[in-house]
Amino acid sequence: MKRGRTKETLKDRLELVLAYDRAQIPPGKVDALRNDLLEVVRRYFPTGNSSVEIEQRGDMVVLMANIPLDEDSPGRAAERNR
Amino acid sequence: MNAKVIVVTSGKGGVGKTTTTANIGAALAKLGEKVAVIDVDVGLRNLDVVMGLESRVVFDLVDVLEGKCRMSQALIRDKRVENLFLLPASQTRDKDALDPEVFKGVVRDLIETEGFDRILIDSPAGIESGFRTAAAPAQGALVVVNPEVSSVRDADRIIGLLEAQQVNEIRLVINRLRPKMVASGNMLSEADILDILGVKPIGIVPEDEGIIISTNVGEPAVLGKTKAGEAFMATARRLKGEDVPYPKFEEDKGFMAALRRLFGGA
Repeated sequence: MKRGRTKETLKDRLELVLAYDRAQIPPGKVDALRNDLLEVVRRYFPTGNSSVEIEQRGDMVVLMANIPLDEDSPGRAAERNR
Repeated sequence: MNAKVIVVTSGKGGVGKTTTTANIGAALAKLGEKVAVIDVDVGLRNLDVVMGLESRVVFDLVDVLEGKCRMSQALIRDKRVENLFLLPASQTRDKDALDPEVFKGVVRDLIETEGFDRILIDSPAGIESGFRTAAAPAQGALVVVNPEVSSVRDADRIIGLLEAQQVNEIRLVINRLRPKMVASGNMLSEADILDILGVKPIGIVPEDEGIIISTNVGEPAVLGKTKAGEAFMATARRLKGEDVPYPKFEEDKGFMAALRRLFGGA
């Protein structure tokens, strides 16, 4: 079990769960969408450092995608192979 | 306990029903049973966060009752313990969305079709329809009680209502007991509560900061190493019929206690 400052973990969990409650969305649905998006991104950039994170913006829950489109990215190999 | 379907209830809120459900559920699964824990507190869902499974909720109990999804889609498998599943409450509906007869059918389906060994139902606080629905499919009950006046009084009321609903196997879980206060004669002991309520305890869980920490991170205490976690584990073993001795929480009436009191100890 995590020791020390576990309230930080709790605060993060609560902020997220309250955002879902207020928006009346089932959290698992967003989590599944996030995983699907990541899977598609990885098909193009298998070794890239892409991330899709769930964030809270005021009363809204947003998905923030960070997909570096790098010249040297191995994704170009995937592109050529299509 | 012989009962396969057990309602966890208390009358009074805030005594530890949800924590007890999560921990006994996880403990029974650790002991090899296939367990479903069901949150019946429609509109005030909390078993998911206490178990740390909140991010995986897609469908809920009301969706199952209304046929909007299959049972297998709503059941969340706990990846930390084999054979532990959560059926979450709906957060966006109210308690009228739950019909006791339909709920009974869902619980029967869990046992007969899905092959569960044990169902723990986390009841809402109070004695109204939410509680009655939660108790409807149960053959047994764990009544969670804290050693203080309002909790014991409400437990007595709940025990009467459970008996009236033909819930026959009733046991107490005495939660948040402070051994030092019991020893100094300033808190009801297990024996006192048995005297007053006439119902046998199956578990005695000490007050423990470890519970707050494990709830913060969403990990049932029985999966870690805390005093309360051990007590919940022992409770689950007794529930399965094992003879597990209780640690001593009794009032200390001996000579040393008199000395300690004289010199201002505990």
